Amino acid sequence: MTASHAPVSVSPEEARIAPKPRLRRFQQASWDEKLIFELGSPGERGVLVPAADPSVPMPAIPAALRRAEPPALPEMSQQQVLRHYLRLSQENLGADLNIDVGQGTCTMKYSPKVNDQFVRDPRIAALHPLQDEDTVQGVLGIIHSLEQLLKEISGMDRVSLQPGAGSAAIYTNVAMIRAHFAARGELDRRDEIITTIFSHPSNAACAKTAGFKVITLHPDADGYPDIEALRAAVGPRTAALLITNPEDTGIYNPRIEEFVRIVHEAGGLCSYDQANANGILGITRARDAGFDLCHFNLHKTFSTPHACGGPAAGACAVTEELAPYLPRPTVEFDPATGMYRLDDDRPESVGKMRPFYGVVPNLVRAYAWIMSLGAEGLRAAAETAVLNNNYLLHKVRQIPGVSVPYAAGRPRVEQVRYSWEKLHEDTGLHSEDLGLRAADFGTHYWTSHHPYVVPEPMTLEPTESYTRADLDEYAAILAEIAREAYEDPETVRTAPHRSTIHRVRPEALDDPATWAVSWRAYRRKVLGEAGR
Amino acid sequence: MTRIGLVVNPVAGLGGRVGLGGTDGPDRPRVALSLGARPQAGARAAAALGELAARAGGPARDGLLVVTAAGPLGADSVAAAGLADRIVYAAAAGRDTTAADTAAAVRAVVAEDVGLLLFAGGDGTARDVLGALGNVHCPVLGVPTGVKMHSAVFAVGPRAAGEVAAAWLGRTGGVRLRDAEVMDRDEDALAEGRVTSRLHGWLPVPDVPVRVQQRKTGSTTVSPEAVGGIAAEVAERVGEGLLVLGPGSTTRAVAAALGADVSLTGVDALALRPGHPPRVVARDAREDTLLALGPAWLALSPIGGQGFLLGRGNQQISPRVLRAAGGREHLLVLCTEAKLAALGGRPLLLDTGDDALDAELSGHLPVITGRRRTSLYRLAM
Repeated sequence: MTASHAPVSVSPEEARIAPKPRLRRFQQASWDEKLIFELGSPGERGVLVPAADPSVPMPAIPAALRRAEPPALPEMSQQQVLRHYLRLSQENLGADLNIDVGQGTCTMKYSPKVNDQFVRDPRIAALHPLQDEDTVQGVLGIIHSLEQLLKEISGMDRVSLQPGAGSAAIYTNVAMIRAHFAARGELDRRDEIITTIFSHPSNAACAKTAGFKVITLHPDADGYPDIEALRAAVGPRTAALLITNPEDTGIYNPRIEEFVRIVHEAGGLCSYDQANANGILGITRARDAGFDLCHFNLHKTFSTPHACGGPAAGACAVTEELAPYLPRPTVEFDPATGMYRLDDDRPESVGKMRPFYGVVPNLVRAYAWIMSLGAEGLRAAAETAVLNNNYLLHKVRQIPGVSVPYAAGRPRVEQVRYSWEKLHEDTGLHSEDLGLRAADFGTHYWTSHHPYVVPEPMTLEPTESYTRADLDEYAAILAEIAREAYEDPETVRTAPHRSTIHRVRPEALDDPATWAVSWRAYRRKVLGEAGR
Repeated sequence: MTRIGLVVNPVAGLGGRVGLGGTDGPDRPRVALSLGARPQAGARAAAALGELAARAGGPARDGLLVVTAAGPLGADSVAAAGLADRIVYAAAAGRDTTAADTAAAVRAVVAEDVGLLLFAGGDGTARDVLGALGNVHCPVLGVPTGVKMHSAVFAVGPRAAGEVAAAWLGRTGGVRLRDAEVMDRDEDALAEGRVTSRLHGWLPVPDVPVRVQQRKTGSTTVSPEAVGGIAAEVAERVGEGLLVLGPGSTTRAVAAALGADVSLTGVDALALRPGHPPRVVARDAREDTLLALGPAWLALSPIGGQGFLLGRGNQQISPRVLRAAGGREHLLVLCTEAKLAALGGRPLLLDTGDDALDAELSGHLPVITGRRRTSLYRLAM
């Protein structure tokens, strides 16, 4: 591991192609803006909606659904609302504003704006999920076609696009695993699910929510999932293995087929969490490694944006054997009539994971993204993501104080979990301090899920969307922060200085008494007003 | 004005670099010095105070008063860190300081109503602090400067000590205290050629995760919830039967969650029966008492700061007791996921004194981390 202060050697040719990036003199807008509930005044309004024509018959709203008094919403003009949210947006570091390679595990790739135009088209936007299926043939066709694409990408036999997010898709897969063993009468003796500490915590959480016992494997000394631990864990009680590959360390498990074989031999199923699929599209498939189920996060790998925590979209893909358990309704195509229809008559189905049949706007975006790239393009996107990641790895590992734990000398797939442990020992500063200092350069990074197995972690995932200049700038920001940490730790410790991002007292997040996630809770808990 | 206490054992750590081991006892420090040892406890205490001052910053820093003892017992370090001091004890001039000075200084400092007592030393100093405090409740934190540090009362380094102290003094809620083990080498056993350690008691230490976790999911780092889950799992596994609880912060918390009043540092046995409160059948049991119990479930948690599962502070659970209870199949290892992660991949350690048994117990074992949750973790000799 390189941890010297020696400058990175740059050849004249390299210097010509990629000149040393200039660090920006960033200064974020700070508006000191009030909460929207504190703005406006009684009677103020934006758009005056014309009264209904009394000659048009309107169905009566049932009395039980009618409010006795209007909701206590802020009263504001349109201009005020627009100004309020524009100001707030300037106090953020959105995906379209910063070099968003620091949100590792989230695959913050660019979401093409043309795909939003499709979604805003009235032919999508004006649809209602309760319309007769004869009148929504177009969108059912898109959903059906997207399912066929994901079958090809995963190698599986059937796909459901109903789950509203990645964790919902994991839960759907666990529910199908449960249904499978219940149908075979084995559920009472197969009650254990195995996962790994570097797989997304939702795998353990969903398994437990579905009533399974959870066994977590820790990594071996090289950072790979410990195959000896797997052998010790499997047995006649094993229902399934839920595993990510590559894991959140960016390390691909080269023994994944053996993992699958060991679990299959014990009679368990294998479910592949493909949250980290961005580096392997068109290169390897869940089915080819022997998995029975898998899921994709369409908001990560397939570019429908994360949208500040939702709505997302998950896709579950399964073998023919597990297809009867898919959520209902499924979207079916009848070649005889040339029509798509919804099949709700699926007695073995795990039921509905959410209302209707999926987060349609995101399904449209994902479909458009895949179709615009084609098979060759998907593979090129994956290869570029891997190249970008290993280029950034090459730059970052030369920064003093950084290390790259596990699998020494091996490249990573699409992301890397770095460690600032050395810098912490030298300076007393934490990874969180450095991440906050990054806000002073107009960017940020994320550390890790917890518990922190890698000490002082930093997880970077550059995806295919960023240019070499972007990556050079990002690496230069990290190098500058590391230099400051050694030479002027006070500046880093007290950061941010030029940003509206705050330091948060994390212990408050452990105490429900301090949470105020709504205006009503804020009035009660923070302002001390009597509860409403 | 924020008051913090500081007591430095100036001879702590002297023996390390000159191969003497600890410096407990009257003669060892002088021998160490004659061998060329350099005192470092004072400088490390000053580093901790420096970090505390840097983190407190501005007005808080100006309002910080360090209550301490004269000269190398603390005041020198306070001066080196550039902070204000109040000296409440001085050792008699013209002689070397001793454990009695540490104890007297601790008593004088905590009488001044300090928010936290920092001490710089090793396991021997931690024992002296424990003894001097008696029934006085005062949050304590060790700045590690000793040779032997099996106790869990120490921060991972001087800077980390300053950071934890700042978080504790500046708290506005949410920071809790945890009971941390005070351990020291068992000199009786050492005389018989065995290296082992004994649990002497518990000190209240601020539970500030030094790696403050950033949130993506909503779990917590310090969690009575996790302990409650572990307790429920233990009760389910045992059903109706005998449960032997080794010492350790997790086992103690589990006993409390089960509703049992157990001894402070010893090994206790409970009779569990679903739907009934647990009955204590043996308190602070010795090896022969445990042997007489027959088959039982043994609940252990890693003890001290180094991940020892057997052979440190719980020697009552001897090889014979382990075999009589039913061996590996009857072993319940209890540990939160956060504590396991903090081991940094190092295995849980076994040192029962019986190599064959240690080998038998080695390998992957399901560690109970919550209700219906285990982590397969490696046990090693």
